[in-house]
Amino acid sequence: MSGKIVHIKTIVKPDLKTTLATGGCGSCQTSCQSACKTSCTVGNQVCEKK
Amino acid sequence: MGQAVSALVIKMQGGSGLDQGHLVWQPGDLHRFRQGGLNIVLDVNSGSIHLVDEIAWEFLGALEKEAGNMELASRALGKDYSPAEISHVVAELLQLKSEGTLFSQDDLAAHSLPAASETQVIKALCLHVAHDCNLRCRYCFAGTGPFGHDRSLMSFETGRAAIDLLLQASGQRPTCEIDFFGGEPLLNFTVVRRLVAYGKKEAARLGKTIRFTLTTNGLLLNNETNEFLNQEGMQVVLSLDGRPEVHDRHRPFPGGQGSYKPALAKIRDFVALRPGGNYYIRGTFSAHNPDFSRDVLHLAGLGFNRISVEPVVAGPKEDYALDRVEPAVLEKEYEVLAEVCLERKRQGHPINFFHFNLELLKAPCLPRRLAGCGAGNEYLAVTPAGSLYPCHQFVGQEKFLLGDVGRGVTNISLRNHFQELNVYTRRDCRSCWARFYCGGGCHANNFSHGGGLEEIYLLGCRLQKKRLECAIYLQAQELAGEPVI
Repeated sequence: MSGKIVHIKTIVKPDLKTTLATGGCGSCQTSCQSACKTSCTVGNQVCEKK
Repeated sequence: MGQAVSALVIKMQGGSGLDQGHLVWQPGDLHRFRQGGLNIVLDVNSGSIHLVDEIAWEFLGALEKEAGNMELASRALGKDYSPAEISHVVAELLQLKSEGTLFSQDDLAAHSLPAASETQVIKALCLHVAHDCNLRCRYCFAGTGPFGHDRSLMSFETGRAAIDLLLQASGQRPTCEIDFFGGEPLLNFTVVRRLVAYGKKEAARLGKTIRFTLTTNGLLLNNETNEFLNQEGMQVVLSLDGRPEVHDRHRPFPGGQGSYKPALAKIRDFVALRPGGNYYIRGTFSAHNPDFSRDVLHLAGLGFNRISVEPVVAGPKEDYALDRVEPAVLEKEYEVLAEVCLERKRQGHPINFFHFNLELLKAPCLPRRLAGCGAGNEYLAVTPAGSLYPCHQFVGQEKFLLGDVGRGVTNISLRNHFQELNVYTRRDCRSCWARFYCGGGCHANNFSHGGGLEEIYLLGCRLQKKRLECAIYLQAQELAGEPVI
């Protein structure tokens, strides 16, 4: 398979599943989706531990 | 060719009995979409994101059609691609599957998640320091300020009791949050000032930190407020809808005149004190401006580069309700906005559009993602009288009264109900590709539009998913040439 075209390029590999065991500290910011103050999903949040 | 693929599959899988010849996935475990010339594949359960070429894209499409049968999928592509090319694609797919970055399964779906805990942790409060306002915004979900009750201001004593409750109920959490909200919170600036001082002092005594935010229409900002907000390092959210005619249509003074000019003047003065810093311009779009990317551009043209423009919260009968617009029109508008952001970034004048900020590296953990916003559980709203509600959207709805600042949460069964809401307890969320980014949607919208806390707001979901696609697309554009992160 050497010298072949690469058909799939992985650009992000976060391994979300491992966080089930390592996460849950609760330090991160509360999120809100509702349209009355700057709302965001959990996807917009940042982990405070990392 | 089919035999070649089968042979390759058996070789890659070491001849094991695992679903030979099939690559299957559950709906919602893999999401493919195309945007701006990129073919993007999201492996939902691992969070991995891949860019694929045309043949790989078509092969995945053929696999979907053929229920994962690789032989049939290969045959379908046979007229356009050579056996060798198809085999290479299959090999790459199988390699990624073995690495756990593609076709990964949802391990959580079959687990029972923890039931409601007896221990109440509160980490964030929305303090309605004013159930009054100096504007009469037509779309105001607060009924132009008082949420259907009397116009009132929160006393310092009530706010202090709320802070005491928060600090006591936050347990081991080192950081808590308080949002000053309303109505217009600057109508009660004196109390805001005292509460920030009290909160900081008490938090420090307990070894904690409180993050403060203030949302304001900006009209009451002055030198004193600006100095205070900057000195205390508070996050500030400033309401400005965009183009003058858009803003003025929905945000008049009590006398009916538009508030764009005076609001802009005040907001400009304030933001000038915070270059590049800690603020967001917060606009609302409605059925009257489905071309809201123009409002974002207008705000950027005014010199603001931290912008959030969000869909209006409205009952379906309102003339400004987004239910009146074809969802595809709004989805398209987000795509237009994504291209605007891309172009601006390339030109060196980036726009920080809030809903396109997707954290992929320092993203929250799975436990955090499952439960969404935490309303009614870790996040509560407090009225001027000291009543507790799940969030600002539920304030005034008596069946959602949770307790008061004196006694804390007393409606334990309601609190437990909110605590148990997550992307697996909502039927429609369980198999949604966006579940770990969305967290289940807005409880209030789900209740008011979907008919129940366990339901969903369909339009909200569509817009949420489009925003996420745009956010992923923008990151993909940035990362396409980079090594894997």
